[in-house]
Amino acid sequence: MRILIVGGGTGGTILANNLARRLASEIRSRKVKLTMLSASDKHMYQPGLLYVAFGQMTPDQLYRDQQSLLEPGIDFHVDPAEEFQLDNNKVITKSGKTHEYDMLVIATGSRIAPEQIPGMSEGADTFYSEAGAVKMFKRLREIEEGTIAVAVGVPHKCPIAPVELVFALHDYFTAKGIRDKIKIKYHYPIGRIHTIANVATWAKPEFDRMGIEYETLFNVKEVDPENKVVRSEEGTETKYDMLIAIPPHTGMEVVEKNNLGTGGWIPTDRHRLTMEGYDNVYVLGDTTNLPVSKTGSAAHFEAEVVAENIASIIKIGIPVRDYDGKVYCFIETGHDSATHAMFDYKNPPDLKPSSKPMHWFKMAYNQMYWSSVRGLL
Amino acid sequence: MSDTNKVIDARDTFCPGPLMELITHMKQAEVGETLELLSTDEGSGNDVPEWVNKVGHELVSSEKIDGVWHIFIRKMK
Ligand SMILES: Cc1cc2nc3c(=O)[nH]c(=O)nc-3n(C[C@H](O)[C@H](O)[C@H](O)COP(=O)(O)OP(=O)(O)OC[C@H]3O[C@@H](n4cnc5c(N)ncnc54)[C@H](O)[C@@H]3O)c2cc1C
Repeated sequence: MRILIVGGGTGGTILANNLARRLASEIRSRKVKLTMLSASDKHMYQPGLLYVAFGQMTPDQLYRDQQSLLEPGIDFHVDPAEEFQLDNNKVITKSGKTHEYDMLVIATGSRIAPEQIPGMSEGADTFYSEAGAVKMFKRLREIEEGTIAVAVGVPHKCPIAPVELVFALHDYFTAKGIRDKIKIKYHYPIGRIHTIANVATWAKPEFDRMGIEYETLFNVKEVDPENKVVRSEEGTETKYDMLIAIPPHTGMEVVEKNNLGTGGWIPTDRHRLTMEGYDNVYVLGDTTNLPVSKTGSAAHFEAEVVAENIASIIKIGIPVRDYDGKVYCFIETGHDSATHAMFDYKNPPDLKPSSKPMHWFKMAYNQMYWSSVRGLL
Repeated sequence: MSDTNKVIDARDTFCPGPLMELITHMKQAEVGETLELLSTDEGSGNDVPEWVNKVGHELVSSEKIDGVWHIFIRKMK
């Protein structure tokens, strides 16, 4: 039985390690071969980018060698997939190698696509990439007065990041003693300040208390870097001195090129996590087209389900579990407090009160992540 | 509805939520295409038409059947 995992990020790594443990004896006796292909020899802890953007972490702290995170039984190659021949059970890589499989898992993640919005690449800062986060911090250190506009593209990973960003901006400029000279204006695509109803209800009075201005039903249409204006599809505009954007995302180009899914999002069964039309192809993490938050936690819970099911198919011939849509989110509410929420397809998010211990737990999780992807947590 | 090109199944989603799902799919659709949004979120009956009108697409119809909103939207620009 040949299992091929394409993608060595949060979802792919948790899945591979979980499978390597469940199938340790089958791997040792060569009944099972577990192979992982990735585009990089490094693994980035992406949530750390928000801390980099505020000078609280440096980029080198976000990385580990991917090989060091993997169980010994996993055959790991830094050789990105280029061609998917799903009808022939084959994946062809950049180096020209062909990998045949019995079961395939695609976990190639998502990428920012600021180029979809005219002017966004030139006009906006973003913390959704390493270079962007470092540049954003330099800009934040320089700016002493004016309007900082926050604009949010759709879809985007980590849906909680826009509100976390606003809390962090408020605290950063308060600590610097120039909060009164900085106007923060937040723009959000739908008719309330966050898509999760009770996050919106909770955050609104917080925004009011902090003097954050907000405009809802604002979908970014274009950025005019020369005149420093951001315009919406809905016909409004905001003048800014600094624009921080969460760019719209797409799936990876390789997914689109191989016609696996529009926009790079792969049609996925919401419970079984198989690709529509292919019972031996699983999809997890950001690259699914599921109506589930694109978060590391969703990728984590999905990976556990897929691992259990692949292992049980090998051992008893059938899968044993359905994915229930589970997501868990930490929400940093400034530099020294945080809250959290858990939800799934049937149960709405239950937002807990913000507290200092929760912030310290999140800080600890920033390190615990590495144990988590190894499958030790 | 016979000229519907795509169904967006946003039932049982709290985040990103039905309207965010619609916005994502609208971006991928062609002008003139009609999308059907399925939603179990009570608010969709109001917040989807509000956005569709503000941005300038066409709300073709909106109906709740057995607890599920079926909202048809034509992309106009
Ligand atoms: C600023 C920021 C803050 C965030 N905060 C949080 C948070 O607080 N909580 C949370 O849960 N999530 C958060 N996230 C989101 C989280 O990081 C992602 O949702 C998660 O990493 C998705 O996991 P994944 O496995 O789908 O993709 P990724 O982890 O992105 O991994 C994709 C992998 O695929 C590989 N790959 C790409 N193309 C190919 C190819 N052609 N062939 C082979 N391999 C390929 C890549 O090299 C990479 O290893 C945040 C993200 C950002 C950017």
